[in-house]
Amino acid sequence: MQRHFDKDIEEIKDMLLRMGAMVEDSIQQSIRALLERDALLADQVIANDDRVDLMEVQIDQRVIELIAKMQPTAVDLRFVAAVMKITPELERIADLAQDVCERVIELIREPQIKQLVQLPRLAKDAEGMVRHALDAFVRGDVELARAVIRQDDAVDQLTVDSFRTLLTYMLEDPRTISSAIRLTFIGKYFERMADGATNICESVVYLVEGRVIKHSPEMS
Amino acid sequence: MITTLGEAAAMTTTQPTAAPQIEVRDFDFYYGQAKVLHGISLDVPARQVTALIGPSGCGKSTFIRSINRMNDIIPDARGEGLIAIDGEDIYGPGTDVVELRRRVGMVFQKSNPFPKSIYDNVAYGLRIGGTRNRRELNETVERSLHRAALWDEVKDRLHDSALALSGGQQQRLCIARALAVDPEIVLMDEPASALDPIATTKIEELIWELKENYTIIIVTHNMQQAARVSDRTAFFMLGKLVEYGDTKTIFMNPKEKMTEDYVTGRFG
Repeated sequence: MQRHFDKDIEEIKDMLLRMGAMVEDSIQQSIRALLERDALLADQVIANDDRVDLMEVQIDQRVIELIAKMQPTAVDLRFVAAVMKITPELERIADLAQDVCERVIELIREPQIKQLVQLPRLAKDAEGMVRHALDAFVRGDVELARAVIRQDDAVDQLTVDSFRTLLTYMLEDPRTISSAIRLTFIGKYFERMADGATNICESVVYLVEGRVIKHSPEMS
Repeated sequence: MITTLGEAAAMTTTQPTAAPQIEVRDFDFYYGQAKVLHGISLDVPARQVTALIGPSGCGKSTFIRSINRMNDIIPDARGEGLIAIDGEDIYGPGTDVVELRRRVGMVFQKSNPFPKSIYDNVAYGLRIGGTRNRRELNETVERSLHRAALWDEVKDRLHDSALALSGGQQQRLCIARALAVDPEIVLMDEPASALDPIATTKIEELIWELKENYTIIIVTHNMQQAARVSDRTAFFMLGKLVEYGDTKTIFMNPKEKMTEDYVTGRFG
């Protein structure tokens, strides 16, 4: 039986996906701004962050109304709980894209470092993880969710490698220290985006299977 | 649509968009010497669902029965003050009570089909009103059963006894019977309290559908049901209207402490 409630759930899902699309755009544009040293694009990402914040507030409001009015149970309750966990993760990921862009604007004012080394790959991997996490949510695909979670270790390793390489630059030529530190930050921001994607995927597994896998041996 | 964070933060309530169809002003009600409703004033918007909640004996059933003058049949009962539908005082001298009850249908807690066929139950009000045309009767019976979400379940046995239907089906039949005379307002006094959860869900889904065409007022002891089905909620206590507003506000952020205590179960 189609319930009126199902329309509310679909609407909230749709809002979350629109928010996800905005966040994906921000990540992609932050990567382009970094690779192409495009201050205009970086400014645009920073300006767009308000839209993501607004979307978070709107989704929160809808979810709280849904709890108050419909008293969700079982899969509906897990859906509501998952949305309440996923939305702040997305908002945080958008903030990290904004942070990347702030560092990019600073980097542009400094001499260009010879290579970004592992950073482009790290950024692409993090972006892919966020995209796949949202796909896993839409399709209720726990296999994909688990694959994304497993990828997190590789991203962590890439972040460490990136830092080591940048450290060698700094040791070789102290004039690169300022830029290298900014790039280290940027590496960390992408690593945190991947962590956000991992958290989203843990919520997807909870939504579909009702199992809490975070901090559990299953994924460690 | 809110477009800024400030607007989002400020948006804690939604105002009724429809014009009030029922206006109640300083309405008191007495059973003999006992005053059971005290100065009730509220506006009920058209084509929305308004829920009346409150503990037993708070006056919500008396109030809902005042809206189609069902209380007239109780000796020594009388109302004072104004209840107007589309601007006309229903307690005014010119009111045709039979016509009022056609415009304001009612569904009760216990389904009360007549010991007749399904068809005859739905056609009853029309026949009383003088309709004899078979085609018109057929069309109205079918349309009413569709609107009450019962048609698919009974279309092959319209001439079977209504008493053979399940409790939930009987209640939807009573809703179909109320709709057959083309009311504008439907009053529901605990329409799902005697039903199992599946039948209750069907009634609630039906209420959602019906508000497209009808103004609905529902009395319910089930606060969660009020939250689920209604747009506006009125909380009654000891014959007084404590708080009336947007259902979201009543259940998320009520203004009155008494309402908060009641909806959170701290009451008493």
